Amino acid sequence: MQLFFQQIFNGIMLGSTYAIVALGLTLVFGILHIPNFAHGHLYMLGAYISFFLMTLYGFGFWTALISSMVILGLIGMLIERVVYRPLQGRPHINSFISAVGALIILETSVIVFWGPQGRRIPNPYPDIVELLGITMSYQRLLVIVAAIVLIILLQLFIKKTTPGTTIEAVAQNREGAMLVGINVNWVSSLTFAISTATAAAAASLVAPIFMISPTMGALLGMKAFVIVILGGLGSIPGAIVGGYILGILEAIGGGYLSAAYKDVYAFGALILILSIRPTGLFGKELS
Amino acid sequence: MAPTKFLREKWFYVLLLVLALALPWLMTNRYYFQIVIMGCLFSITTLGLNLILGYTGQASLAHAGFFGIGAYGVAILTKAGLSFWLALPLSALLAAGIGFLIGLPTLRSRGSYFAISTMCFGVIISIVAGNWIDLTGGYNGIVEIPLPNPIPLPLIGSLDFQTQAAQYYLVLTFLIFTLLIMHRLVYSLLGLSFMAIRNNEVLAGSVGINTFAGKILSFVVANFLAGMAGGIYASLIGTISPTTASLELTFNWLIFLLLGGAATLTGPIIGAFVIPVIMEYLQFLAEYRLIIFGVMLIVVIIYFPRGVMGAITNLKQRSRDFFGRRKETVKGVAGG
Repeated sequence: MQLFFQQIFNGIMLGSTYAIVALGLTLVFGILHIPNFAHGHLYMLGAYISFFLMTLYGFGFWTALISSMVILGLIGMLIERVVYRPLQGRPHINSFISAVGALIILETSVIVFWGPQGRRIPNPYPDIVELLGITMSYQRLLVIVAAIVLIILLQLFIKKTTPGTTIEAVAQNREGAMLVGINVNWVSSLTFAISTATAAAAASLVAPIFMISPTMGALLGMKAFVIVILGGLGSIPGAIVGGYILGILEAIGGGYLSAAYKDVYAFGALILILSIRPTGLFGKELS
Repeated sequence: MAPTKFLREKWFYVLLLVLALALPWLMTNRYYFQIVIMGCLFSITTLGLNLILGYTGQASLAHAGFFGIGAYGVAILTKAGLSFWLALPLSALLAAGIGFLIGLPTLRSRGSYFAISTMCFGVIISIVAGNWIDLTGGYNGIVEIPLPNPIPLPLIGSLDFQTQAAQYYLVLTFLIFTLLIMHRLVYSLLGLSFMAIRNNEVLAGSVGINTFAGKILSFVVANFLAGMAGGIYASLIGTISPTTASLELTFNWLIFLLLGGAATLTGPIIGAFVIPVIMEYLQFLAEYRLIIFGVMLIVVIIYFPRGVMGAITNLKQRSRDFFGRRKETVKGVAGG
């Protein structure tokens, strides 16, 4: 039983990352209809920028995290402008291929600048606490709490502020939003910036726990796509719940069935679910 | 068709074929010759990707996965003592069969959904290849895969595949075979129905095309070709590992296809030959090369979505329009 709770705890921690990353992806994929396939790679870049700021410039953990979010937000806006906006109105698959180009550039740049080997960010909170027989490190608890705070802040931003409501307006009806004077291009930039900044936050939070490497983003990006499709395109609650479910599924599957195949579960689940519902669990029909 | 007329119309292709057949006498550098052999092999895979992505409009990102299935199939079967000539069709059929089973659920979804679910399948293949140690040798892969068995020929003796020239003729034969199949397929009613599915699936369905069956067929043929190329690769190179099924390989073929020109028969071959050659020339740039390719991919998909071949067709069309219009105005003046 102790093992079970330990795995649940690890699963929630893992799920927190998945939830934040999927949340960012559902904003651009579900709302702007951009299949940002480079999302996982932007996450990876976020971890590297934090690492770089902390080790080379001696930033503290939190200042590095915030700076990384800002830098990634700007990079996200740049990518939206250069890689995706020229393809507006063309078939989805063109944006997808453009995204492959972007992710090759991102991954190779990181390899060229920082080398292909894995690195580790110094852990700011290495202490461990025992609760009901479950070992928890403060860093892991921090990830869980920070994820919840981030999710609530994002929700407040979208529901309560004017820029946030413009995002929702564009999601509901692009032409209608244009008619009432919303600058749709600006909303795209803003959404992209939020999406990549949250990815950077997630990456910086878990970087002290796992190794960071140039290839860490690819698998996570795919999982985020799986969560977004399963949770329903553009559905924020779907992305959050899906993220936590996948995290727990992987931790339990990895603990009880086979750790080597833990990445297979998510992808297998997707193929299985798409065979029953081709548009995802809560998905609407794609036009 | 009279032979002279045939020669007059297709002289370029005949010349190309003669050049291709004479290549072993023209190539002296073993290293470059190896690049040519890989070019032929990857032309086959890119032609397969072209069928499902270029003609049918479904972005399958599991292509290297099926290449890997073919490669592992031939490696395991030939190491178990089966003849290459039996193992190759079996492995290609295995890839096609798994493609059919995977196509049933995934082809019901569209656009990015299909791309993502096939990519998931591709990743599963390479994870399984890395972890099913008894069968696949894990991340170390399989080594010392035998070369294709010699073919006994009456009178001359037997044809073995020790030399590079023989290996080259082997892949060239398969490439020509693939091209013939693709040519037959693309210019048939079936090929037209694939293109109709690509252009507008709902419309294609409403004029009586069974779009799902069309997509499945296209996917199965594409995976058969990928599996076949994988099998030849395993036997000629001699070692395979999970990277043989990696997503990077699919991305490479995607670049070959898009830069060469999707939905043409010449484009994939141009891509598969020209890009590795450019890569060789840019050797001094080391890892920056990939950054250049990423940039090229974005620029091409934005400005020349149909690649080199598309740009050439465009140019031809424009010059024809230009000269055609001039003739017309001349006629107009004469008439007035």
